[in-house]
Amino acid sequence: MTLSPGKKREKIDRLSELAARDDERGVSLWQEAFRRLRGNPAAIVGAVILALFVLVAVVGPFLVPYAATDTIGIREGLIKPGVIPGPTGDHWFGYDHQGRDEFSRMIVGARQTLLVGVVSTLIGLAIGALIGGVSGAAAGLGGRWGRWIDTTLMRFIDMLLAMPSLLLAVSIAALLGASLTTVMIAVGVVSVPVFARLLRGSMISQANSDYVLAATSLGVKKSKIALTHVVPNSLAPVIVQATLTLATAIIEAAALSFLGLGNPDTAVPEWGVMLADAQQYLGIRPSLAIYPAVAIIITALGFTLLGEAMREALDPKLRK
Amino acid sequence: MSENDILVEVRDLKVHFPIKRGVLFDRVVGQVKAVDGVDLSIARGKTYGLVGESGCGKSTLGRALLQLTPPTAGEVSFDGVELTTLPSGKLRSMRRRMQMIFQDPMSSLDPRQNVESILTEGLQTHGIGTDRTDRRRIIGETLDAVGLPRWALSRYPHEFSGGQRQRIGIARALVLGPELIVADEPVSALDVSIQAQVVNLLDELQDSLGLTYLVIAHDLAVVRHISDTVGVMYLGALVEEAPSDRLYTEPLHPYTRALMSAVPVPDPDVEDRRERILLAGDLPSPANPPSGCRFHTRCPWAQPTRCADERPVLRDIGVSRVACHFAEQIASGELRPHGVSAQIVRPEGEGDAPGVVSAPTEPGSYV
Repeated sequence: MTLSPGKKREKIDRLSELAARDDERGVSLWQEAFRRLRGNPAAIVGAVILALFVLVAVVGPFLVPYAATDTIGIREGLIKPGVIPGPTGDHWFGYDHQGRDEFSRMIVGARQTLLVGVVSTLIGLAIGALIGGVSGAAAGLGGRWGRWIDTTLMRFIDMLLAMPSLLLAVSIAALLGASLTTVMIAVGVVSVPVFARLLRGSMISQANSDYVLAATSLGVKKSKIALTHVVPNSLAPVIVQATLTLATAIIEAAALSFLGLGNPDTAVPEWGVMLADAQQYLGIRPSLAIYPAVAIIITALGFTLLGEAMREALDPKLRK
Repeated sequence: MSENDILVEVRDLKVHFPIKRGVLFDRVVGQVKAVDGVDLSIARGKTYGLVGESGCGKSTLGRALLQLTPPTAGEVSFDGVELTTLPSGKLRSMRRRMQMIFQDPMSSLDPRQNVESILTEGLQTHGIGTDRTDRRRIIGETLDAVGLPRWALSRYPHEFSGGQRQRIGIARALVLGPELIVADEPVSALDVSIQAQVVNLLDELQDSLGLTYLVIAHDLAVVRHISDTVGVMYLGALVEEAPSDRLYTEPLHPYTRALMSAVPVPDPDVEDRRERILLAGDLPSPANPPSGCRFHTRCPWAQPTRCADERPVLRDIGVSRVACHFAEQIASGELRPHGVSAQIVRPEGEGDAPGVVSAPTEPGSYV
């Protein structure tokens, strides 16, 4: 196909006009990361698992066939020493040791588990990001006094980090008394050093970048540079870490419940507590332990898959 | 040249970085003398080019001039205002008049800001423009000046090519209407074809806006093209300063001679026959600079007297300023170059006695 030069130019102009109109606005880094996230199968699997988990946690308790605290099995005389009936047509997962419907308890328990995971991660993220943010801004932009503040805060974080996390959680739980709030605070505090260190390190490396120098040479105030340039550019690894922490928070909360430091009202189902209760009946009905264990593993897997995919999507090295 | 024509005057500027050791309490164990006593003045509306090999302190000098790196000692006067003692608030409002262009346009632009936000930031900081539309007008004019299309405003830095990014960096500096622009290696991260465009853009902007430039570069051709005066730096100090053409045709300092002899000539006959001065060894450590003349450990003209124990000051020779004791004798051919063997330079307190650190072992033949 041959075109005269004039026609050719016309055609190119029209094409370039079309192309320009096609994406009128620029694509920000977040938008691009989201686009890459959608193209990653691991992210989709993780997101589907988490969506199901959240759905079950939110609407599940309204739809369960039996009340989670109703001891049907005892009422009907099905529970005898050494006998816990397995799955039937009406009770898909059978009964637990107090004759309650295991399926209903699993569904209601999802809500508690999600609550513990999210709240404790948020506690850790909030305190950790505050300490890390102050420390990072002070170290990166604050001069001599800034380095003092940074050193003081980081030695405190080092102390937290030096303690084994479960021991720290157990001491906090022992100090505050066993309750669901205690578990959330304990698990949250354990993740504080990770968030603080991560945000601080990320901020210090950003504070040494050329665009911060450029903002300084524009005459922008240091506090404004910290808030508008340094913090937004340092958040990506922290967000990824939060997603991954959700998984470990659920497992750690289960561990604390297992040790008897969780909610003393065992009538309220929570996967960790259910797992702890089931250990006495492992010989009679091991599946009582398998249900919550598998549920915890799948949920943690969902968070981990999504977290890892987010890490990849936000990694500037992989950007074209 | 009258007093009014000088926009920037730097006197005995020093930037020393402490070397710290220690886990809990920092202990200063030494100083890296990145810039160690520089005097220079830049005329209004002119371009001062600063050349030197990497690590010689030219970028640090540029940053210290803008007070982005606090100087250890010395004075920087900008249009009669002493910057080193200026309170931080006043300095910040002063920054409107002096801007910087960076080497790597990607890392000097915040990846999360679109072009409009990059350009608005400075305007907001200095309260330029009455409202959004007025600021848009100023930004639009700046985009035109640097040759970027209007649709660039809503785009992000990673969506542009290297040359366009550098134009964004130039626009960011220009939008405030500065008088002085310090360009730190403005083209060295760009392709050669783009380099010419950006250099020409800087030239045009100087003509139309009357800008004063301090251009820092290691590319001698770029500096020659753009500069009125060129200063050559070696290990934290100026060794020679001369009008651009003069420096290239008649270098006086041995280090400048060596630099110039490294520029290839696009004529195979001349290229084959021309004299080349190869410097032995590496740049000495700025933490432990040689005594006397900083260059005497590598200088093919080094003399047993004065060079090792007396630091030469910049002297006027014709229209040039040269920091060499024997510049005249070298220029007249009275002194001949001799061989120099590379020296092993050890940090103080390590290995052999520090006496071996400097002075060529073989003074060589000289007339």
